[in-house]
Order: sequence, then structure tokens, then C-alpha cells
Amino acid sequence: MLELIVISTLNGLLFGMLLFLLSSGLTVIFSMMGVLNFAHASFYMLGAFFGYQLTKWIGFWPALLLAPLLVGAIGMAVERYGLRNTHKHGHVAELLLTFGLAFAIEEIVAMMWGRSPVDYRVPALLDFPAFTIFSTNYPAYKIFMLAVSILIFIVLLTVLKRTRVGLIVQAALTHPHMVGHLGHNVGRIFMLVFGVGSALAGIAGVIAGPALVTQSDMAAALGPILFVVIVFGGLGSLPGAFIASLVIGLIQTFAVALNGSLASAFGPLDPSAGPSVLTDIWNVTIAQVAPIVPYLLLVIILIVRPMGLMGTRET
Amino acid sequence: MQKLVIAATAALTMVAGAAFAQETIKFGYIDPLSGGGASVGEGGLKTFQYLADEINAKGGILGRKIEVLPLDNKTNPQESLVQAQKAIDAGARYITQGNGSSVAAALSDFVTKNNTRNPGKEVLYFNYAAVDPSLTNEKCSYWHFRWDASSDIKMEALTSYMKDIPAIKKVYLINQDYSFGQSVRADARKMLGAKRPDIQIVGDELHPLLKITDFSPYVAKIKASGADSVVTGNWGQDIALLLKAAADAGLKVNWYTYYAGGAGGPTAIKQTGLDHQVFQITEGFANSGHQPAMDFEKAFRAKVNMSLWYPRAVNEMRMFKAAAEKANSLDPVKVAAALEDLKFEVLDGGEGVMRKDDHQFFQPIYISSFGKLAANEPFDEEGTGWGWHLVSKVDTSKTMVPTTCKMTRP
Repeated sequence: MLELIVISTLNGLLFGMLLFLLSSGLTVIFSMMGVLNFAHASFYMLGAFFGYQLTKWIGFWPALLLAPLLVGAIGMAVERYGLRNTHKHGHVAELLLTFGLAFAIEEIVAMMWGRSPVDYRVPALLDFPAFTIFSTNYPAYKIFMLAVSILIFIVLLTVLKRTRVGLIVQAALTHPHMVGHLGHNVGRIFMLVFGVGSALAGIAGVIAGPALVTQSDMAAALGPILFVVIVFGGLGSLPGAFIASLVIGLIQTFAVALNGSLASAFGPLDPSAGPSVLTDIWNVTIAQVAPIVPYLLLVIILIVRPMGLMGTRET
Repeated sequence: MQKLVIAATAALTMVAGAAFAQETIKFGYIDPLSGGGASVGEGGLKTFQYLADEINAKGGILGRKIEVLPLDNKTNPQESLVQAQKAIDAGARYITQGNGSSVAAALSDFVTKNNTRNPGKEVLYFNYAAVDPSLTNEKCSYWHFRWDASSDIKMEALTSYMKDIPAIKKVYLINQDYSFGQSVRADARKMLGAKRPDIQIVGDELHPLLKITDFSPYVAKIKASGADSVVTGNWGQDIALLLKAAADAGLKVNWYTYYAGGAGGPTAIKQTGLDHQVFQITEGFANSGHQPAMDFEKAFRAKVNMSLWYPRAVNEMRMFKAAAEKANSLDPVKVAAALEDLKFEVLDGGEGVMRKDDHQFFQPIYISSFGKLAANEPFDEEGTGWGWHLVSKVDTSKTMVPTTCKMTRP
């Protein structure tokens, strides 16, 4: 049992940190521009595919550096030539733009790389078990993923809290007009933030690609859960996104590990009643409902605390 | 004048082209070509295209060439019906599908209704891989024919093999949460319970179909249960990723599977280092030792660059040809009648029969294990250097399971 807890905690942390890489960019973009970027998970997918392609050409390590830069550049272009132009037509237009973009990216990726998974492998250098706890191996690559995520988290935090750029970004989060009035080029800040946010998603894609599955529907699979994370954590709040990412990562992993059902808690239903919808509900295990747990959380948090865990304004 | 001649020539060519197109037998292939099932769906498509080419090269069926229409159903029953209608609108009178029994049930129902409503325009549904037993029992249809052994036939054979291995003490069941996975789990419980009551079922997992990208939480759970063997009906990425996660975690158990040989599976098994500890149950495999099958495998690999996952697809297409020639017609109603009780020498040797009562094809079944190759086994998988090795063969007569099917005949 202890083994299961330790391994599940590690897996949960890892998934949580991955979610954080994505949600940090999304939440900052949202609070600055008021745009819920539906294409954010698509940048994650682009990161994975660029990572795969560049790994084939020039190796994994240069790809780890180049792919996020490419994704970041695409993100900046989207902001500069897309969002900025639609901005004057209001948020709905911007929302629709990112919505359309998500579909366009998915189709383009499917056209270029096909719809089935590509063979994106863990680099040979990291393809060994890092350590063994209670006879279970833990892959070195996963430790590497965890390390990269934590490193980026620290860098992000330092930049935001300790530098002048971070100060302006933080100010723009809450008072964009005031920052503009003070003479800062808010447009350029937006573009940079959008680029950095996209690049973060790109990094997540490059490192998650080999561990998970790199295929054209990976954005659609991860997109909804990102929104859960940022709403749960509180829109615009980085610490909130961090906590929410870890909570959701851990919940999803532990839910899989649990076998409890109503039947095991209260005993089986009277068999004479025969099979019905009720017996199905009665016998379903927590592991089986694991995939919907985050969405359930989303509903509950919106009812109980609409601003999210650490948020300051209503969603 | 010259322009007129060119236009006339062009028009004539088009007419000739259209006439030629009408001559082909449209064969609708409805399976996932995107999403989690795409890897197996694309493999199936290549297989059917190869088989069509093979038949076409020998003059087609009754002088008409087969044209495979690829239709992407995204492993979704609703989408499949849209695609089936598309196939019918394009002139297909034969459709084939394999991935997902939920899809198969919807298609079987759709074809049955279609044939009742449109007499004279009947459509036949050839099922090459959806193995939920209900399709040839309570939900059986006259218009549905299945070439793969149903799940209960496979589990019967698998458990008969497992019962003689005393080392199996604790079994973990992990399956996809839909009709097929549930039937695998129920059959495994029932049959293991009857044949080896001392075996303990230490886990019984159902997970979402083709949605999971990281199985490590599930593998941690299998590990914690202390299981020595895992039984799974997983297919597509669900088996490949499950094995991959097991390899990463260093899980050492014996695997009794239906589909470990699919895309990505062999690579992951090699990575686990489990030499001849992963078993699969099929109607044929590369190293079966039957010469015509091995020749076919060689030619197939040379052209398509993948191993033959679906010997049953070969049986399906060849029997389609045999039935049409027996009926001397391509009318689906006559072909269906000709298929009933049709005996056929299957690809991997031995005689199979399409049972009239439920339209289930019965054929010899093999249990094979994956590992280092012996000298007389030429085929490895996915460039791993490891391949499938014969463990046990079950003859056709021993695979006959009773059916409750009461189909409405036209």
C-alpha cells in the first residue's frame, strides 16, 4: 500500500507540474487580455510535434531549446496579427479567433504528420530507470520532466517577483489601463506575454511528447482539463494555478488507485431487485469515475467559490 | 473544330471513366483513421487495400474489381452510421468494420434496418474484429458475418491453457470500459472460477476506452495487488501504452492478452524484457509454420511494411470471393446465402466454417508467446528481433460454443 501511495504521489506530482506549465501561461494571458485562449493546448501539441521533428533532424537537446522558441514565435505572431486586430471587436471575436485557431492547428498537424501517433522516443541518454522503490522502477525521463517543470516554475516566479519586467507584467495583470497611462507599451507586453505563455506550453509539449502520446488529438484531450485548472485555481492567479495543477494531478492519479464504490461502502444491493441503472451506479468504482472528477470539482468550485481558490475576481 | 474534337474526346474519356467506376465493387471500410484507434485502423486499411489489389490482380470477383472506400468513424458509433450511409450513397453494398464492439452493434442494427426498408438494395456487413459475443447471440443479424473468434471463444481457449499452469495464483483483470471489455472481464471471472477455483482475482479494472495516455497509475496498482498474471482484452494504443508503462515501471508479470501484437505492442514488450511471458490469442500469426501463410506474410511485409495483424481479413476477402463465385452473383442477398455453412481452408491452415445459425466463423485458434526467435521462425515484429512463437493450438471443433441466436431470415 505504501508503495502505491509513493508511486501515485510521484505520478500525480509529475502530471500536476505538466499541467502547471500549461496553465501558468494560460492564466497570465487570460488575466492580462481577458481572452480565454482556446488554442493554448494546441501550442502544447505544436511543441510536441516540433520537438519530434527537430529531434529527428538535430537531436533531442537542441530540439528542447528550439521547439519552444518556434512555438513562442508563432504565439507572438498570433497575438500581433490576429488578436490585436480583432481586439477592437470585443472579447467574443477574440474568443472565436482562438477557437478557430485550435481547429486549424489540429487539422494542419494532422495533414503534416498524419492522425496516428508518431514515434517520438525518450532520448537514449535518459532511457534508464532512475531509481527503484519497493521494486518498482521509476524512469529517469520522468524525473527529468519533473526537474524541468520545477526549474521553469522557479524561473517564472523569480522573473515575476524580482525583476522590473515582472513588476510591469504583474501590474498589467490587474490594472492594464493604468500601466498604459504610465507610458509602458502595453501592446508589446501583451505580445511578449503571449509568446512566453505559448513557449511554456511548447516546452510542456516537447517534454511530455515522448512520455505520453504525440498525436493530432492530444490538444483536444488536454484542453478541457486546463480550463478546469485555471478556473479552480482562480483566473489570473499564478499561485492558484500552481496549487490547482498539483491538486488535479494528484486527484486524478489517486482516483485511479482507489477501488471504493458505493457497494463496497454500504454492501451490495438486494440481488432480487435485478440489474438496473441503480445497480450500475452502485457498483461503479472511484477508479472508473476518475476522468470526470476534475469536471465535478469545476462545477462545485463555481457554485461554492466562483472566484476560484486564490482568485480575486469573479469568473 | 479542333476544340470540338478535344472536348468530345474529353467527354468520351469521362463517360468511359464513369462506366469503369460503376464496374468496381465498392467495399466500405469503416474504422478509426484518427484519434486513439488510428494506429490499428490505418493498419487495417492497408491490409484490405492489399487484399483487394491481390484479388484484382487475378481478375477481381466475377470480372469486377474491388475498390476499398476508406471512411473514418473515429471509433464512434454515431459517426459510424454517418459513414455507413456515405458508403451506401457511394454505391457500396458491402461494408467492413472491426474496431469496437459498440460500433459493431450500431452498424449491425443499422444494416438490418436498412435492408428491411430498402428491399433490392441490401447491404452486407463483414465484421473482421469486433468480438463481443452478443453480436452473434442476442443481438445477431442475418446481414452480419463475423470472421474473428468471439470473445468467449478466445477466453475459453485462453483459460483452458492457463488452467494447466500451476504458477498462476493471482490474476489481475484490466479492460476497456465498454461492451467488449466488460464481456472479457465477465468471461474471465466465470471461466477461471470454473476451471481453477483456487486462482484469486486480485484486481478487476475498467478504464476509459482509448482516452488514457499514461497508464503508470494503473501499473502501480497492478504492482501493489501482488498479481502474477494480467488478463486483458485491450487493443490499439490501450495495450501498447499499458505495456509501455509496465516496461517503465519494471513490472514483472505474465500477460495473457487478446491483442498484444498490435501497433506498438511488440516494441513495448521488448522493452519490458519479458521473454516469452506475453501471450496472445489469434487465428494465425507470422511464425505459424504453415507455408502458404508464411509466403503471404513475406509478400505482405515486403509491400506494406507492416506485419499481418489480421489473418482473418485474408479469410474474409477470400471467402467473399468464394461465396460470390459460388452464387455466381454479386447480389448481397445471394452472397449471404452462399456464405452460410461455407467451408474454407483458412490462411494458417485447417478448415473453418461460417456457421449458419449465428454467422460466426469457426477456425483453428493459436496461443503464441512473444520473445527470442527459434531457428525455424523467420519473422520478428517491429524490428525488435523478437517474434511470436507457437504455444498451443486449438482445433476448429474445440472452439464451437453454443449460440442463443434466433435470426430473422429474409
